[in-house]
Amino acid sequence: MTRRQVALRVNGVSRDAWVAPSDTLLEVLHDQLGLQDVRYGCGEGVCGTCTVLLDGEPVSTCLLYAVQVEDREIVTLLGLLGEGESLHPLQESFLRLGGSQCGFCTPGVILTAHSLAERMPRPSRDEIRHELGGSLCRCTGYTKVLDAIESYLADRAGVGEGT
Amino acid sequence: MSLSDATLAAISSSRTADPEAPPLEAPPLCAPAPETGAPAGARAPDGAVAPMRVVGQPVAHHDFIEKVKGTILYAADWELPGMLYGRVVRATVPSARIVSVDAEKARAVRGVAAVLTAEDVPSNQLVERASGGLGELLVAMPVLAHDRVRYAGEPVALVAAESQQIADDAAELVRVEYEELPGVYDPEAALLPGAPLVHEEGNTLVSWQIRRGDAETALAAADVVVEGEYRTQHVEHAYLETEAGVGWIENDVITLRASTQVIEHATEVAEILDLPANKVRVIATYMGGGFGGKEDMTVEPYLALLVWKCRRPVKMIWNRQESILASTKRHPFIMRYRTGADRDGHIGAQEIDLIGDAGAYPYLSARIMFAGAALSCGPYYTPNVFVRSRAVFTNNVPTSAFRGFGAMQVTLGYESQMDRLAEMLGIDKVELRRRNFLHKGDLIPTGETLDTAVAVDQTLARALARLGEPSAPSGPSKRIGRGFACNMQPYGRTIWFRDRASAWLSIQADGTLLIRSGVTDFGAGQAASLCQIASEILGVPLDRISVYIGDTALTPPAGGTFATRQLYMSGNAVMQAALKLRELVGPVAAEALGCPVAELVFEDGRVKAAGNATGDAATGKGIGLGDLVRLCEARAVDPTTLFVFHAEANRRGFDPETGQGGSFPDYTYGTHAAEVEVDLETGEVEVLKYAACHDVGRAINPLRVEGQIQGGAMQGLGYALMEEIVLNEGRIASSLFANYLIPTSGDMPDIMVDIVESGEGKGPMNARGIGEPPIGNSAPTIANAIADAIGCRPTRLPITPERVLALLDAATGTDPAESGTGAAWQ
Repeated sequence: MTRRQVALRVNGVSRDAWVAPSDTLLEVLHDQLGLQDVRYGCGEGVCGTCTVLLDGEPVSTCLLYAVQVEDREIVTLLGLLGEGESLHPLQESFLRLGGSQCGFCTPGVILTAHSLAERMPRPSRDEIRHELGGSLCRCTGYTKVLDAIESYLADRAGVGEGT
Repeated sequence: MSLSDATLAAISSSRTADPEAPPLEAPPLCAPAPETGAPAGARAPDGAVAPMRVVGQPVAHHDFIEKVKGTILYAADWELPGMLYGRVVRATVPSARIVSVDAEKARAVRGVAAVLTAEDVPSNQLVERASGGLGELLVAMPVLAHDRVRYAGEPVALVAAESQQIADDAAELVRVEYEELPGVYDPEAALLPGAPLVHEEGNTLVSWQIRRGDAETALAAADVVVEGEYRTQHVEHAYLETEAGVGWIENDVITLRASTQVIEHATEVAEILDLPANKVRVIATYMGGGFGGKEDMTVEPYLALLVWKCRRPVKMIWNRQESILASTKRHPFIMRYRTGADRDGHIGAQEIDLIGDAGAYPYLSARIMFAGAALSCGPYYTPNVFVRSRAVFTNNVPTSAFRGFGAMQVTLGYESQMDRLAEMLGIDKVELRRRNFLHKGDLIPTGETLDTAVAVDQTLARALARLGEPSAPSGPSKRIGRGFACNMQPYGRTIWFRDRASAWLSIQADGTLLIRSGVTDFGAGQAASLCQIASEILGVPLDRISVYIGDTALTPPAGGTFATRQLYMSGNAVMQAALKLRELVGPVAAEALGCPVAELVFEDGRVKAAGNATGDAATGKGIGLGDLVRLCEARAVDPTTLFVFHAEANRRGFDPETGQGGSFPDYTYGTHAAEVEVDLETGEVEVLKYAACHDVGRAINPLRVEGQIQGGAMQGLGYALMEEIVLNEGRIASSLFANYLIPTSGDMPDIMVDIVESGEGKGPMNARGIGEPPIGNSAPTIANAIADAIGCRPTRLPITPERVLALLDAATGTDPAESGTGAAWQ
């Protein structure tokens, strides 16, 4: 199959990849660019495991072709890390409150929560519940996931009010 | 605060499981008792566990940091130069003779490195001895089917190619010609004379019996007998990480790095390849969930065969559809209960018949049906018992381990029976249970005495309290109901396996600590909890402890992670190894500090002298562990130790004819309670409130304990209300995640958790295992709540809206289709 070079913007860095038209964004990010935090879960766009932020919106990379997203901003979970791999406050919150167990779904869950926080500064717990409906987790039972997101949003709002 | 000698002595004696040993005498936890509405996970004083410095703290270790960063590597994340991609070719029919397998077209595809069939497997049969030789049929399972196919999805051939796409395409070109044979898809049909034989040896894999007293006579004499029949379904584990691994040859050793609960399968892989056991190495990755589904081998034999034939690295990842079609499932149970009691509600006898659909091959069915039988009376004293429990072959997908392991299916049976008995006798449901709860010292159906606390009553009180005030129905067609269910679930393997686990600890020259353990990690914190235990005893800060796990070449064997055994087994091994290390280095430190060994305190990476010590200790700074290691070296004391922990021995043996003897080391008890709202028009059930409470003896990490309870309860809620693998004549009706519904964040409420710490358990520091227990209560809790809401009882899982409507129709009409059960005064 004919391959061509595409330029992808991943976590603020330009990366070139040689892709076939049928290569999904998931395959290219995970297998070719080595982003282990973008993971295969179902290939059907159901579980949310392979989620990245595309221009700030959470998307399932198993349902997109790499050739579709040239020159768009892609952020994976690793992209939230700060200087010296320091944790983003949302990641801190997941760590402190046990929002991650096996960790496999964690990138999709945190990125979805991150995008939610950008759109809705103080969603109710039920609104968070609803927004996370596309991110399956089989370990936590979601309670601690919601705790972590709520706590982050409360801290953020607190900081915002103070400045 | 640090460990006193008295506490240490209590810790080191805790493994002896002396039933007479008093619980640790210690001040109660200082947290206030939770009131209704307290935050999830609030802990209350139980008066039995002394607070510790690291154990009992909600700390996170290395693995959780890597998980929230996204840097942790799972099985599918490894790439090696020249790596091939593997694919399993699976049978498309459930029962057939294989006429021919034609792989020529597939082999001719450019980029295909190998296509293997049954003839290429050096030793193509695996014989499972899951019961430990106590009476199951010995039936061989081929690695690749040769003459016969027994379920749709059975592996027939393997492909390795330069890319996954080529491997997948080539797999489609492998032509298998079948001559279809009659199959049997219902375990009761498989028991009938003349049923098609799944295996020539017979369709009954195992038939356990547990007999105690005289159930028949006692039932005849009972004031009331309640009869019930309950049915459960095939369920998928649905871990987010599908089965995956990478294999290669290194130092002439087949090395597999896979998502597995059990690295000890290396020996079976060696047998398949006809290699000596030292020529296969298995490394376990941190798993993206397992829940029992990675307890049997998944990708390992196929990877090993392809690596061995191709002499190149091979990666294999099952896609979601393959995982749903071909991985093992939870056993559907058919349970028939007859429970006899006196007018005051005291249970006199139970007759219980269990049938489990084993699917086409044995896997662990024999052991699972034993656990079902042994726990079928639940946490209730039953003097006269007759239990029969059979695993039956069908041409359905094989069933095997899944969190709860047989002991969780029977909760629907015994907790539905308890509610029915209470209704029949007009006795309060809580009171009825209290009259029958097991207590420490009581005999259970296998004739054993319980030798640790049975705090199930406490868990019941706490769970009910968390529900708070009843909700009002949200509309005229809605009905509110409440239910609860108690359970007991073993932790540790059946004791006739003489279980053991080892751990190796070493203090490094800079005072850091290494732990090596063959434990595998589901993601529940199996490895991290070992660090907390070692830190508690040796005073090494958590960030100065590294734990290396799950490698048959480099870590001492710990057994797999299953049966809720690893905290009990490896936790004890690490605790004992740490205590032994203290014994080794203590005298050296005491000499340096000029104080008695008994006054040493290990904390903050240092050894100090407590109290009014003289010499260097007067400064209060003590000696750093790194300096201590140097002093040890000068005295030829090695600050390294290996400890092998042996589970308690089975002194009584086990008689499979009567089911009497030693079964499990101990149990974890708990209660869940729920409030539901049922829509009489649509049959929909909404869970409004859910509380779960278990006695864990001592919580090593309360955050992780809560997480286990919440996650287990949620999986149980999916099982109760949503999940079912539907099979149609042996064919799975849908292999899409879009159709196999597991709970999302929007489907269920928060799980409120209470942890009871009775201070009695056989794990380290008197902990009990909590991995499996919390999945068991959900289904009977919900069934009992629905029965409370609508006045008719669900007896079949999952309790879908259609089934609720059928129940309501049956209750208003004449057809008692779904209930099929009754109760009678005698």
